[in-house]
Amino acid sequence: MGLKVFGFKGGVHPFHRKESTQDKAVERMQAPKLVYIPLQQHIGAPCEPLVKPGDHVKLGQKIGQPKGFVGAPVHASVSGVVKEIKQVPHPAMGQGLAVVIENDGKDEPDESIVPKDIESLSAEELKDLILEAGIVGMGGAAFPTHVKLSPPKDKKIDVVILNGAECEPYLTADHRLMVENPRDVVDGLKAIMKVLGVERGYIAIEDNKPEAVRAIADAVKSVPGVEVVQLKTKYPQGAEKQLIYAVTGRQVPSGGLPMDVGVVVNNVGTAAAIARAINTGMPLIERIVTVTGGGVAQPKNLLVRIGTPFKDVVEACGGLLGQPAKVISGGPMMGIAQYTLDVPVIKGTSGILVLTKQEVEMPEPGPCIRCGKCVEACPMRLIPLFISAYALKGDYERSEKLHAMDCIECGCCSYICPARRPLVQSIRTAKRVITERRRRAASAK
Amino acid sequence: MEPLIVSSSPHVYSEDTTARIMRDVVLALLPAAAVAVYFFGGRAALIMAISVLSAVVTEAVVQKLMKKPVTINDWSAAVTGLMLAFNLPPTVPLWLPAVGSAIAIALVKQAFGGLGHNFMNPALAARAILLAAWPVYMTTWADPIRGAMSAAAADAVSSATPLAILKGMEGTEAQLPPLWAIILGNTRGCLGETSDVALLLGAVYLLWRRVINWRIPFSFIGTVGLLTWILGPQGLFTGNAIYHIFSGGLILGAFYMATDYSSSPVTPKGQIIMGIGCGIITSIIRLYGGYPEGVTYSILLMNVATPLIDRFTMPRIYGEVRADV
Repeated sequence: MGLKVFGFKGGVHPFHRKESTQDKAVERMQAPKLVYIPLQQHIGAPCEPLVKPGDHVKLGQKIGQPKGFVGAPVHASVSGVVKEIKQVPHPAMGQGLAVVIENDGKDEPDESIVPKDIESLSAEELKDLILEAGIVGMGGAAFPTHVKLSPPKDKKIDVVILNGAECEPYLTADHRLMVENPRDVVDGLKAIMKVLGVERGYIAIEDNKPEAVRAIADAVKSVPGVEVVQLKTKYPQGAEKQLIYAVTGRQVPSGGLPMDVGVVVNNVGTAAAIARAINTGMPLIERIVTVTGGGVAQPKNLLVRIGTPFKDVVEACGGLLGQPAKVISGGPMMGIAQYTLDVPVIKGTSGILVLTKQEVEMPEPGPCIRCGKCVEACPMRLIPLFISAYALKGDYERSEKLHAMDCIECGCCSYICPARRPLVQSIRTAKRVITERRRRAASAK
Repeated sequence: MEPLIVSSSPHVYSEDTTARIMRDVVLALLPAAAVAVYFFGGRAALIMAISVLSAVVTEAVVQKLMKKPVTINDWSAAVTGLMLAFNLPPTVPLWLPAVGSAIAIALVKQAFGGLGHNFMNPALAARAILLAAWPVYMTTWADPIRGAMSAAAADAVSSATPLAILKGMEGTEAQLPPLWAIILGNTRGCLGETSDVALLLGAVYLLWRRVINWRIPFSFIGTVGLLTWILGPQGLFTGNAIYHIFSGGLILGAFYMATDYSSSPVTPKGQIIMGIGCGIITSIIRLYGGYPEGVTYSILLMNVATPLIDRFTMPRIYGEVRADV
């Protein structure tokens, strides 16, 4: 296709392990008997429940209302009866309040579900629709999308990037989406560009996904101002700052946001969810999840209702294969290890990895040999070994001076470390402590 | 179901481990070791074996005494032992490598905290100590037991290394051996330093395995080449740079010694400064100093400067906002 391939400095090349699912078309999983819909599935304040036990709810009905601007409503992913509202295991927070709905199997849609048309909606109406549909970043961070689409007046946005890098090993959900529904991705991008009043849009995809590149390139042919950008296959190519640099050559200033350099980044899955919310009227009640790893009998890409417990999803993939050692929500580089398969799929669940003993290495840290591999690998150009050494000694001031707060927690340093030092792990701790100290210092003033 | 393992990400790791890196270094040194045995005979093998054994035993004993976990299976002690043997003349009494390796491990490595904490290259620091303590043993060279060089040098009274001849040191009226003999290793010198071909073979392996990167060795060798060419004996730009590059311990030092992780900078810019610094000091010692060879001391001096170099070469981070910009 003769496209230039773009990249960034640093990074690592983990095995891809995408083979077992990358060519498998997305299958729709049957909705389970019970869904557990957490009231917090996003960064920000949790939702207030709008229903109570015993209520009958319809498919797509709003059941949780966010308390602040940074938040997103949650909706019923099945029709049926609210059984209870209780604490359940949560894939990102350990525990969280959730609405438990017993599925009546009818999928009776809510009256509010009416298809709309992008062309006939104003930017403001589109933004309201995105908020009301409960759209959040679907790459994993789950930041409320309408907030991203509301930059302050003084920040002029001129570029929108859709992130289709999917640089995490094992995951193929975005890849399948781009191959099977490129139209949704492009429609979502158009909506985002309209909301922000931006003329230039890019869809960035790693060059190990030629099929997705072809499908998207085909879909954008007739769309003015939108281009496909091929990225070098390298982790963390999909990290926001690295992606912005690869596509535009701009560097987000330390402590700043993409909007400081005129860019807004959204995941391709988020764009597709926006398109579906507009075209069908249905809010975000399901998502594609890659279910894979050596501990799953039949790895698949599944379209899963939000709130479906992991164990039901694994069951839909032929069940467990032997004894699982680790279950991860997301990818192996940044995903979160789960303590139970009872956790439900939420809006940010891009993958469920069930890893066997053979796939899981329990690191046994040795002394740092100062090989400098973490320095070469850090995509933020930090010196992980020094930041970590100070953090482990409790000298967080020094960690901070060495730019600990700029760490994006991608995990390249720990991945590459031959001594298996807990590099990103200790830097993460330092960041928490520094953030807490800053917060306290600010409130003391 | 057994309890699931819960730990903080990442959940996967590269195949690189400390032991694998150290094993790779040993592998890379094997061709040069084989050439040493070929040219200097079974005694060379004996010296290397004693040196490695002493290093490993010393590491185990010291760690036992200090009640620390014994880590001899990370191969790092073996690397130090072999490196030290490579820096000894083939004529040394057999107790010398044993003493040398013990010094390298006990004094230079373990006394400062063990792996990753030594501030000098253990093998080179030990070599410097041996050179000061037993200068005669450490500078008595032998001709290779086979090949053209031994025949050509049969009438030479002295036993000087090519670098000493090049420098025109006293009693070294002997002719310089041909360049090809130097590159192959058919010449006088320390066990492991003579065969550039074998050392370069190992270096390519280490570069390919990403155990080392180009920065220190290339800037080191490049600087020596440039300076010895410019500051030639018959005026500017008359030096024999190629001969300087391939003689003595430069190839061994640049690829295997100066790249020692714990005693060299971790920042990319710092590594280049390390290489250039080593190159300048080596050239000055070779051209104007009292010794024919300066690789050892140049590396040791730059080792000591490493923490300072690291501190002043912190890379500019992504998106860094500096006050002066």
